[in-house]
Amino acid sequence: MKTFIRATGNISPQKTFGYIPGKTPMLQELVIQNGNRLRCTEPDYLQYIDTKFIRRMSRIIKMGTAAAMQCLHEAGVQQPDAIVMGTAYGCLEDTGIFIKKMVEQHEEMLTPTAFIQSTHNTIGAQIALLLQCHNYNNTFVHRGFSFESALLDAMMLLQENAAASVLTGAADEITDYSHTLLSRFGLYKKDIAANTELFAGHSKGTIAGEGAAFFLLTNQASGNDYATLDALHTFYKPAGTKEIEDEILNFLKGQSLSVTDLDFIITGRNGHAAGDAIYEQLNNSIFKNKPVAHYKHLCGEYPTSTAFALWLAAAAVKEQSVPPPVSAISPGKLQHLLVYNHYENIHHSLMLVSAC
Amino acid sequence: MAGAGVVSAIGNNAANCLLSLENSEAGIGAITSLETTHKNILPVAAVKLDNRELAAATGLSQTVSRTALLAMMAAKEAWNDAGIAQFAGLRTGFISANSVGGMDKTESFFSAFLNNRNSGRLKDVVHHECGAVTELVADGLGIKNYVTTISTACSSSANSIFFGARLIKHNLLDVVVAGGADALTKFTLNGFNTLQILDKAFCQPFDENRRGLNLGEGAGYLVLVSEKVAARMKEKLYCRLSGYSNANDAHHQTASSPEGAGSYAAMKGALAMSGLQTNDISYINLHGTGTYNNDISEGTAIQRLFDPHYPKMSSTKAFTGHTLGASGGIEAVFSALAIKHGLIYPNLRLQTPMQALPFVPEKTFQKGVTVDHVLSNSFGFGGNCSSLIFSKL
Repeated sequence: MKTFIRATGNISPQKTFGYIPGKTPMLQELVIQNGNRLRCTEPDYLQYIDTKFIRRMSRIIKMGTAAAMQCLHEAGVQQPDAIVMGTAYGCLEDTGIFIKKMVEQHEEMLTPTAFIQSTHNTIGAQIALLLQCHNYNNTFVHRGFSFESALLDAMMLLQENAAASVLTGAADEITDYSHTLLSRFGLYKKDIAANTELFAGHSKGTIAGEGAAFFLLTNQASGNDYATLDALHTFYKPAGTKEIEDEILNFLKGQSLSVTDLDFIITGRNGHAAGDAIYEQLNNSIFKNKPVAHYKHLCGEYPTSTAFALWLAAAAVKEQSVPPPVSAISPGKLQHLLVYNHYENIHHSLMLVSAC
Repeated sequence: MAGAGVVSAIGNNAANCLLSLENSEAGIGAITSLETTHKNILPVAAVKLDNRELAAATGLSQTVSRTALLAMMAAKEAWNDAGIAQFAGLRTGFISANSVGGMDKTESFFSAFLNNRNSGRLKDVVHHECGAVTELVADGLGIKNYVTTISTACSSSANSIFFGARLIKHNLLDVVVAGGADALTKFTLNGFNTLQILDKAFCQPFDENRRGLNLGEGAGYLVLVSEKVAARMKEKLYCRLSGYSNANDAHHQTASSPEGAGSYAAMKGALAMSGLQTNDISYINLHGTGTYNNDISEGTAIQRLFDPHYPKMSSTKAFTGHTLGASGGIEAVFSALAIKHGLIYPNLRLQTPMQALPFVPEKTFQKGVTVDHVLSNSFGFGGNCSSLIFSKL
């Protein structure tokens, strides 16, 4: 069963927020940021969230709720039948604030706000609260599968007819603490000048990213949808490239397609030589002679970056054009677009996006 | 449902937990494992095994998060109980839940880290993410067809159980190990303390004079199988997951609405799905945290839905404490055992029934009861409310 992507809302390091197909251009210029940490380009939240709520909200809660509200606004939907979120790290800023105070104040004189907002379901809950939405509400928190799990839950709800419209999305933030810690784990390139340099050279590490992207998914066509999400598949810790190739080919076969039917492929290349080797092997095997482009120079690497990739794929299919910051050459038609990402070669995911 | 595993303050496995429930022995006591200023003030319901003992019993390293150790303990019991390993070629998933991942390790890391950003052993934050805890267990059990984690505060593992059931229903998996785990941490202890909802005495759920909750820790997992797999293992089966529902209270980030909008919708939705009437329910395992707010909100929702015919009910949190992300899993195991063995658990320490409610939870342990359908409630922060219904086969 096809899932229709009715509307989107995307806050990312690029100028993606407020994009409406046919009204505003999509990713015409590349936002360049120096160093190894890409920060979101944030909007003025007052337009989307009530002032009395904004005051207490941390950055990720604001980003998540604003992206969700923009998405619903574009769809003209007041109340989705379900709200399903993915976040790998949850609300890191509030978590950090509460731990810091707990340690430094020796468990004395603590206040509840940061704790209350540190729970992983905060964004989904705040959206429900703002909408007064009593419907199904769930939050997945599984590293590089967080968004994909939310998406699967949403697609199943639509198939079950338990919902006709599902607001689904993902949000993750970088904080000073998390950037410091993940840098100590060696995740990021130490000497990168800017995101434009991400794919130059073959060094270790990537750049940090963050973002909040939401989608209104439906089980009926509206006549004005971005695209259809035909299928989604995840696989965990594959044994090697052969297994990855088999998973991809079987995934396409399940949709009665083969690689030749794909007009464009977006992969999760992130500049880290060891991880990128997988994409390179595929470019020389099953993806040979196919147009392949990447997206992490736009949003950076983070466990729910595939939400950005789905936005990119859906918007490109809607526009029937891959924008210049992604690829210098755009194929003439975009009927079927495949998104393939792996997060640290642990979490692999495939999304097939097609024109309506 | 083909297998069950549980570890909590009242027992390290399902049989021991049942024994404590029968003998009215609560697992609540003074804090021993956490280094905290609340040590002799706030009682907790701790699992009676230390990390070294849990590591020896599970095969995991004793240096990983206690949440992973507890999860492995219960998941392994459930897995062995179902004896699924004998069936080759089944598509198997591990769907877990927790509220703070490897926070027990992260919080100890932070005292060094805050002094110097290059200090602290990275090994202590490598499993900070909720999903990283799940993967330690999935890898330990050798499950890889589908692995994910849900975190919706106190309803987390009720949601993981029914997400697992839906993966089977959609023919994506044949077998699912689903539930959740949480270890006691200073982070949650202090967090709940700022909300002023922790009882300095032993908690008294659904009592007129209730003062708050006691935090607990543990893990509870079920093994769910498809109808096709179930047909091959008839005598092993516990019961059937016949209904489930998830709704949001949309009232406040931490407080429940007075009328229990979310809990009412969750219970009603689960009943509708199971095709049962309110008078079909034999027993309700209440969310029953012992806070002023939860119990009146949940009680009001039950009154609105069940009046005038009330099933037997009790909160087992008076035994186990509130185990947060684990509670839905632990209580699902208790619910299934109630059906299998014909049991009703007592609502321990209930002295003065709530005046605002027309029903009184059970005060005694009962055996030899016909328990056909059990409703298990899990409500919590973020307004996330979920109810499960288990039915006799």
